Amino acid sequence: MKVEMNIDDVAKLARLKLSAEEREKFSSQMSDILSYVQKLNAVDTTHVQAADHVEAVQNVTRPDEVKPSLDPDSFLKHAPLGRDQFFIVPQVIE
Amino acid sequence: MDYEPVIGLEVHVQLKTASKLFCGCSTKFGALPNAQVCPVCLGYPGVLPVLNEKALTLAVMAGLAMGSTVALYSKFDRKNYFYPDLPKAYQVSQYDEPICLGGKIDIEVEGTRKEIRLTRIHLEEDAGKSMHFKGDTGVDYNRTGIPLIEIVSEPDLRSPQEAYQYLKELKTILEYLDVSDCNMEEGSLRCDANVSLRPVGEKKMGTRAEIKNLNSFHNVEKAITYEIERQKELLSRGERIVQETRLWNADESFTRSMRSKEAAHDYRYFPEPDLVPIVFSAKEIESVRVSLPELAQRRKERFMKDFALTAYDAEVLTAQKDLADFFERCLKYSKNAKAISNWMMGDLMRELKLKDLGIAQSPMSPEHIAGLIELMDQGKISGKMAKDVFLEMFGTGKSAQEIVSAKGLSQLSDSSQIEGVVKKVIQENPPSVQDYRNGKKNALSYLVGQVMKATQGRANPKMVNELLVKELEK
Amino acid sequence: MSESLMDLTLHELSELMRARKISSLEVMQAKLARLKEREPQIHAYIRWDEKAAIEEARQRDNVQDHQGSLWGLPIANKDIICVEGVETSCASKILSGYIPPYNATVVERLRGEGAILFGNTNMDEFAMGSSTETSHFGVTRNPWDLTRTPGGSSGGSAAAVAGGLAIAALGTDTGGSIRQPAALCGCVGLKPTYGRVSRYGLIAFASSLDQIGPITQDVEDAALLLEILAGHDSKDSTSLKVEVPRYREHLKKGIRDMKLGLPKEYFISGLDPQVKVAIDEAIKVYTNLGVEVVECQLPYTEYAVATYYVLATAQASSNLARYDGVQYGYRAPNFSNLVDMYFETRSLGFGPEVKRRIILGTYALSSGYYDAYYLKAQKMRTLIRQDFEEAFKKCDAILTPTSPSCAFKIGERMNDPLTMYLSDIFTISANLAGIPGISIPCGFSKEGLPVGLQILGKHFDEATLLRTAYAFEQATDHHKRKPVVR
Ligand SMILES: [Zn+2]
Repeated sequence: MKVEMNIDDVAKLARLKLSAEEREKFSSQMSDILSYVQKLNAVDTTHVQAADHVEAVQNVTRPDEVKPSLDPDSFLKHAPLGRDQFFIVPQVIE
Repeated sequence: MDYEPVIGLEVHVQLKTASKLFCGCSTKFGALPNAQVCPVCLGYPGVLPVLNEKALTLAVMAGLAMGSTVALYSKFDRKNYFYPDLPKAYQVSQYDEPICLGGKIDIEVEGTRKEIRLTRIHLEEDAGKSMHFKGDTGVDYNRTGIPLIEIVSEPDLRSPQEAYQYLKELKTILEYLDVSDCNMEEGSLRCDANVSLRPVGEKKMGTRAEIKNLNSFHNVEKAITYEIERQKELLSRGERIVQETRLWNADESFTRSMRSKEAAHDYRYFPEPDLVPIVFSAKEIESVRVSLPELAQRRKERFMKDFALTAYDAEVLTAQKDLADFFERCLKYSKNAKAISNWMMGDLMRELKLKDLGIAQSPMSPEHIAGLIELMDQGKISGKMAKDVFLEMFGTGKSAQEIVSAKGLSQLSDSSQIEGVVKKVIQENPPSVQDYRNGKKNALSYLVGQVMKATQGRANPKMVNELLVKELEK
Repeated sequence: MSESLMDLTLHELSELMRARKISSLEVMQAKLARLKEREPQIHAYIRWDEKAAIEEARQRDNVQDHQGSLWGLPIANKDIICVEGVETSCASKILSGYIPPYNATVVERLRGEGAILFGNTNMDEFAMGSSTETSHFGVTRNPWDLTRTPGGSSGGSAAAVAGGLAIAALGTDTGGSIRQPAALCGCVGLKPTYGRVSRYGLIAFASSLDQIGPITQDVEDAALLLEILAGHDSKDSTSLKVEVPRYREHLKKGIRDMKLGLPKEYFISGLDPQVKVAIDEAIKVYTNLGVEVVECQLPYTEYAVATYYVLATAQASSNLARYDGVQYGYRAPNFSNLVDMYFETRSLGFGPEVKRRIILGTYALSSGYYDAYYLKAQKMRTLIRQDFEEAFKKCDAILTPTSPSCAFKIGERMNDPLTMYLSDIFTISANLAGIPGISIPCGFSKEGLPVGLQILGKHFDEATLLRTAYAFEQATDHHKRKPVVR
């Protein structure tokens, strides 16, 4: 079964801009891959538990203790743009 | 056509922990931008979250206190979306298996009790804060990763007043549990409202608008009122309601559409692979339940039973946990519960309100209030004097005894001293004495007044009366 | 070709260090000499700091008391594991200039034994690939044939170890990224049980599949390194509190009483005949060692690749969403507004394979498709795990080829992602099931290319895995063969 993906919508959701060339190439490759993935439908998994985790670990917690934070500058010095202890981005419009 | 409002609230409550939900950064309010961050809450490449056990316990406590079912199995999920204040581009939250399901909150509006059902309570991390500058935006991640519970109500509320009462009850419960500070100014309690209208009698829900940025209980009430009117007007003009997110403008009292949130979100929830499930046994949940502190309703009943307070007084005193705590601390120093209740609900509340203070900031301690009542009960000061002493106590923070001693205000109860004044007054007022002896009993009050005048009002009026009569009848 | 300390194994050098017969500085200089000689042809590394390495070696030599089994010995790091203060980019433009402010747990552990983390090895961008060709920093070449890829994604680490440019190296394995390059380069590569080694500081590709493990010259080195790397870490909620055996003591226990399984699903038509010959030879070696070889079944094997590519890409789409130019790394130079900054940064910062996988993963999680793809794959994962549980009732470990073919030509599979994905067919199941796997050299093709034998074990039973591998190694000398790099 041939499966097509609406690649423009998905790319937008993922915040990716595709060139015309990429778009065309990816579309056909995605179609191949998704068609291949359809083979999973051959298996009836109605009564199979989904494996969120492969090991049976539960209830991992830490005590509510404060650890000293690092100096803001140790992060801000690597930021593409920082000012007055803020990370700076283009204007956010609400 | 008559419309009925249908309202549901989503309340985000900051849990009272010292450290964040998944890292050791402090949750203290008011730090400089990005001073309470680490690689984990900044979502740096390679970091992993580890759950704060206290946050988990507080969420369970909140759920139990609100009658929710604590899930024996719950898990965390990632909610994916891009926003500068969300450093990992996903929020760790709980999607289809939250920590608490169901529950209810009882409210009372205009004397009618009503049960508001809860859909769920789930744990999640907070996002950061954007500061809008001229030309660009600064992001502060101090709030990022702060533990929250989101309490989602069913659309059971029918008026802005009910919404207001619901929030008040919710806050009372959370404060009683000491689960949150519930401070709206500091953002530790935030509320979004889903508002829709439907024709009266209609069962189906109308299209709803989600209102954000409701920064006080009164604003919740006002914004919902506004939104109901806005929707009514649209419907009356035959227009359709658009499902959207609207922002409340508190300064100008209106809601407006949030353009940035218009695009329908696809959050692509999936189980958070970096965190493991939370599994409780019924026994563990029970042990939290039995350790829950006494809540408002139970405390009110106890106050009525143990201290013979009226339902009204008990209600007012227990509406806020710190008020009820103050009352009980007063009782350590005085057994006169009725007087404590009267002073607190009368003079103390009035003065606090004038100064815009909460009970926590009261300049008078429970010991001081009780001390004042004790002086009255021992007859050392009169009720009228007590009112003045109270004001001075409130202003200076001194104890009643200190003020009374310093001003020589204490009531004259020494019978030999009063006797001297009484004799002197009798000597100086022969006509009144004569009148009294001739049966004009009201002459007595004149003589009492004279004694009081001579003692600058300090003499114990009851003793003056008795001594005068005794002297006159001789 | 010069004789070099670099041709010795980690355990041999460790002995010499302990006996004070060599110094850390000598080892470091031998390494730098080798780099000068061979790195231009192989290009195993993205970056290293010569001055810092010499300095660190001197410091180690100045300490009288050698503490730890790796004292003064350089271990190569994959460019996906965070070392404080050292640029770590996952071979991606989008992380260019990113300098971690903290150390990965494995880095702390290695340093705790006196090791020197030297150099970041090349890899497929964000570990997404099987050939080290998707790196932003150019391809790594296979030391056995410079026209071929070293495999991937830990191709730089494997090429460095095979080419004498590293004594041992760290790798990471999400679907075979340690074992496949180890096989293609003739090294030993071990992927531990999921939860055995802390992932803290490993830049995530697919969180529920990723594991760190060693790539070494022989099995004893793998055992030595695993002893150090393994163990519970309170910073990783998915790391398990399971006791870590002293693996080296298990090596020589012998395998006479063992049963090894051969899954018929792994001996398929697509298998390169030369690989088949080498594997058959390997099975004979085991039979001669007195091991009982039995057939076993892993019926869901054919679904592993599809399951894997849904789960891994979905998790990756979320893990890689944070690379948006706000906090660190690359930000596009031109954009018109905030949203555009995201689009431009991510479109210019990620290479095509990463974009492809982000798109596939985003789709698998998106509204309306989650149940059909992600949820379905999670269920398939359960079935694949159960497959192994069943199989291990009949045997102690399972033997398979590591890769269906030997090292392939550079560029050969770059335009056909599905074929590339299918080349992971034998390694992927171990990640889905969470079980440990090791690849060891078991022969060579006519062209002189190495063939890898994969041994899969039960959860947390790396000891049996290593013992089985060691017995083979003792009986053969494939691991001693070195490539001639010109
Ligand atoms: Zn933090």
